[in-house]
Amino acid sequence: MAEFKNSGEYMKDFKGVWVFAEQRQGVLQPTVLELISEGRKLADDLGVELAALLLGDGVEGLAKEMGGYGADRVILVDDPALKDYTTDAYADVICKAVMDKKPEIVLIGATNIGRDLGPRCAARLHTGLTADCTHLDVETTKYADFLREASTLDVDNMIKIGKIKMEDRNLKMTRPAFGGHLMATIITPRFRPQMSTVRPGVLKKAAYDEAKAEAVIVEKYEVEIAATETKVVEIVKEAKQLVDLIGADVVVSVGRGISKDVEKGIALAEELAAEFGGVVGGSRVAIDSGWLSADHQVGQTGKTVHPTLYVALGISGAIQHKAGMQDSGCIVAVNKNESAPIFEVADYGIVGDLFKIAPMMIEAVKAAKAAK
Amino acid sequence: MKYIVCVKQVPDTSGKVAVKPDGTLDRASMATIINPDDKNAIEAALALKDQNGAEVIVVTMGPPPAEGMLREIMAMGADRAVLVSGREFGGSDTFATSQILAAAVNKIGVDEDDIVFCGRQAIDGDTAQVGPQIAEKLGIPQITYAADIKVEGKKVTVKRMLEDGYMTIETQTPCLITAIKELNEPRYMSIGGIFDCYSKPMEVYDFNTLKDDPLIELDTIGLKGSPTNIFASFTPPQKGAGEMLQGSDQEKVDTLVGKLLAKHII
Repeated sequence: MAEFKNSGEYMKDFKGVWVFAEQRQGVLQPTVLELISEGRKLADDLGVELAALLLGDGVEGLAKEMGGYGADRVILVDDPALKDYTTDAYADVICKAVMDKKPEIVLIGATNIGRDLGPRCAARLHTGLTADCTHLDVETTKYADFLREASTLDVDNMIKIGKIKMEDRNLKMTRPAFGGHLMATIITPRFRPQMSTVRPGVLKKAAYDEAKAEAVIVEKYEVEIAATETKVVEIVKEAKQLVDLIGADVVVSVGRGISKDVEKGIALAEELAAEFGGVVGGSRVAIDSGWLSADHQVGQTGKTVHPTLYVALGISGAIQHKAGMQDSGCIVAVNKNESAPIFEVADYGIVGDLFKIAPMMIEAVKAAKAAK
Repeated sequence: MKYIVCVKQVPDTSGKVAVKPDGTLDRASMATIINPDDKNAIEAALALKDQNGAEVIVVTMGPPPAEGMLREIMAMGADRAVLVSGREFGGSDTFATSQILAAAVNKIGVDEDDIVFCGRQAIDGDTAQVGPQIAEKLGIPQITYAADIKVEGKKVTVKRMLEDGYMTIETQTPCLITAIKELNEPRYMSIGGIFDCYSKPMEVYDFNTLKDDPLIELDTIGLKGSPTNIFASFTPPQKGAGEMLQGSDQEKVDTLVGKLLAKHII
């Protein structure tokens, strides 16, 4: 395909916010509704339309729900060749649609599929892509408020010296870098569309609006799909129930501290989690050591969680772990080492041996529940 | 037949991490390692070489000291190495980096039976973008998140992991595959390999070597040319230190449960 050069004056032709509506086997990925909710706010700030780009085979029925969360329009490409995700067919359709309709912003969920598709498209469209974003702003006043809250930067001085210009309308994409040691806000000032993959589970879903759902416009978009060089032979859903860390209200995580008796440590975490009606998570050490499967990992390279209660058992609190859990409602940390960094983010810290503390916690929670 | 492996030297963010007063990473004071996913990419190429005798070429973009890492990888079994290094390349984002690496891979040459390997993502940037973008620039198919790879003649079959299972994908060489840790167990350097690695060929590609390659656009490389720019960077705020519970173990637990009851968490 011919390269798409798009800088300079040409940028002005780009209008509207798009969300890639990732579906698997006809089911929308939950993160799509988060993106639509966020995309709605960006579109309102820009005074433009929000569209969801939906690719698949027999998926028109998904349009209404996206309307209910804020999409004005669903651009639908329905074709048997798009039944299962392939990089080539999806990138082909998306790039052709973008070149044709020219949205100024394209948001994609940072799922295993979004992280395959996004960079391929951005390279073809000759534009920047910011990975795994956790915060997005167009409106500079909102961005300044975000910085006041989330950083120690002297925001007012940055405005005064012109480092932050109030009239700036670039999409300001904020993401963790270096394993969460640093946050960076990235812009794509010279190219369009501004593309971003967004970390699932971080942005909040809006309230569902039935009237908006009914009003959504479905636009069938015809496009010739190029032949693919990859073929999906089979799709296998793992029989094993994966743990739903992102949706859990309580997460009890284990780390290096359980190493002297891994089996018992996990059993205690499971029992405590069960008392709270929650699930078990783990630090990178727990996953890399093979104590828990990868779907349990909380942290920069795992999942970002914000449950009501997060209990860290024997987790030192490497910054890469903290990046995935520090926004939890209430954090309880149990660690033998009183200078463990996990205590810096804990609401309640207990210095002690988790093998002694956790059984006491289980009993105390049981008793408290019985007394209610 | 060639397997070209793109690797990155990264600061070891799993260990002690030093941040300078201005909020940037103090790389000089940190140990560097071969990016973990890239080690799985190296192992995948070496394991195929063990079967079919292909040549394994390792490529990195980085400052001159990255040569040490390339020697290490040759001690693991790679046949030759290319160091892509130049002031003009510094500060490149993923779009810019992938152009430079694609040009380097293009110079090495991608033939009918060849495969390009990358790690899924580097632990310093965590973007997972450079692999797919190299594939796009080279105009070859990509398969990311590979947990199993079979190569029979030109046919390549890959188990590609998803969050809730996997896909089996078929494609043809030449193609690009990104590796994840489930793919294999990377080998160590061998004693013989350590002896041999200093006599193996190491080439350096600088700006002049690559500037005329059709895959490079000179106005979109380096810090100035990169499509994405850093607007601001800051360290995430530390949550105010919480309360350390006091007393005996039982007293601490009782205090905790009392607090959780008061907050209606129990």
